Amino acid sequence: MTARFAPFARLLHWTMAVLILAMLFIGAGMLSTASARYPTLLAWHRPIGITILVLALVRFGFRLTHRPPALPDTVPDWQKAAAHASHWLLYALMIAMPLIGWAMQSAGGYPVLLTKAVVLPPILPHDIHLYGVLRTAHGLLAYAFFLLILGHLGAALTHALIRRDGVFQSMA
Amino acid sequence: MPPTQTRRSPLAPLALIAVIVALVALAFAWVGGWLIPGRIGGGTLANSLEYNAGRHPGWRRAHAKGLCVSGHFDANGQGVPLSRASVFRAGSYPVVGRFSTGGSDPFATDGRNVFHSMALLFRLPGGEQWRMALDHTPVFPVANAPDFVALQIASRPDPATHKPDPAKMKAYLGQHPETKAFLDYLANAPLPSSFANGTYYSINAFRFVDGAGARHAVRWQMEPEAPFAALDKATLDQQPVDFLFDDAVARLKQGPLRWHLVVVLANPGDRTDNATVTWPADRRRIDVGTLVLDRAATEADGGCRDVNFDPLVLPEGIAASDDPLLPARSATYSASFRRRAVEGPHPDALTLAAKGGRA
Repeated sequence: MTARFAPFARLLHWTMAVLILAMLFIGAGMLSTASARYPTLLAWHRPIGITILVLALVRFGFRLTHRPPALPDTVPDWQKAAAHASHWLLYALMIAMPLIGWAMQSAGGYPVLLTKAVVLPPILPHDIHLYGVLRTAHGLLAYAFFLLILGHLGAALTHALIRRDGVFQSMA
Repeated sequence: MPPTQTRRSPLAPLALIAVIVALVALAFAWVGGWLIPGRIGGGTLANSLEYNAGRHPGWRRAHAKGLCVSGHFDANGQGVPLSRASVFRAGSYPVVGRFSTGGSDPFATDGRNVFHSMALLFRLPGGEQWRMALDHTPVFPVANAPDFVALQIASRPDPATHKPDPAKMKAYLGQHPETKAFLDYLANAPLPSSFANGTYYSINAFRFVDGAGARHAVRWQMEPEAPFAALDKATLDQQPVDFLFDDAVARLKQGPLRWHLVVVLANPGDRTDNATVTWPADRRRIDVGTLVLDRAATEADGGCRDVNFDPLVLPEGIAASDDPLLPARSATYSASFRRRAVEGPHPDALTLAAKGGRA
């Protein structure tokens, strides 16, 4: 039986799993509609994004100071490498996506509303070129993020249902 | 013999994993609207404008031709009982704005576009903003997003005649008396002869939230101090290409232009969900302050070109109503803003026209 992740790491993982999936669905949903759902979803998108950013930074700090349980030796080396690479990519996206969102709204000249009454300061000057670049990146990276999560889910379920090697249980 | 019963076939769990992953992907595609061809998003609405008027990369998809203006708003405090928004507390707030003519062709002559707009952005304490896009008609031609798309399709100008297909337009108007009423208004009502002497309306209803949390259904309008003069519709095609914008620049050189921000309160039962329906004229009106515009500048220099005058960028104390057109406008403006940001902003139409060039 593989060792398990620390309880705090598991709590962060599952909380963020729900938030990030919700966020990707909110993002796709709000672009698909011009109904009253559009401003409602947009109003959820910003505070959830900032929550993810804060949690991701906490989690990243925790990860750097706490070694996660090693993968069992039954996992081939190339899969270990893929697992590590995809985990670092997931960390990168968790931190980059909210920052890009905040930056692009700043560059678009929008007030970055955390809630109806709380406005975050801009982190970039108003510049429509920058907005265009960041907005494109935000969309493309969202699709990449979603594909990576699908891969993560498929791999986790493979460990849980086929290999039964304790890797899934280490985070469950 | 090896214990075969402990070796299970991986096919069943593999299929289960595939189904789970596929379901998540399918849910994402459903939420994203890719499985629902009829769903209207901001991009659909922007596409309908491009279908109607052709693509003009880098320009706003509607109200493409404009002039930046700036000044301030002097609140007199009369709005405070209606809304806790900081903009109504007595004081002065900086404003950047944009006058524009309707349509998606940035090089259209002003005489062809009798429809004007005033867009404004109020800078408020704490980084809040109030943005609005007002039109000089008290009503809008359509009530919702599907009708907007249908109108863009029906009214697409024929490349040869530059006029919509009469059969398509007749069929559309037969089903949409509200659009016909709007077109009749443009044709028959006296329209302002200048950007400076027009009244500009919020179009949609909104909700003001007061200090006690009570909500008030309102519309608002900017009423000019400049005396009204009617546009001579008979001589429109003899007017210079930029006569409306040239007039606004000339007037602002003479001195500031002023409008009164008049809030109109709904009575119980007044419709807030339909921008094609006006409220009776006897509704309570409150003058909450004066808009003072004192500078004009080209779009390239005036700080208004790269602004999305999204009518749902609202300060705390002002909220959307149940009007379906409001989120549709917001989504469309944002789609237009995204597209022109990626395409790169255009040089200024008025400057180009003065130099005799279009491109």
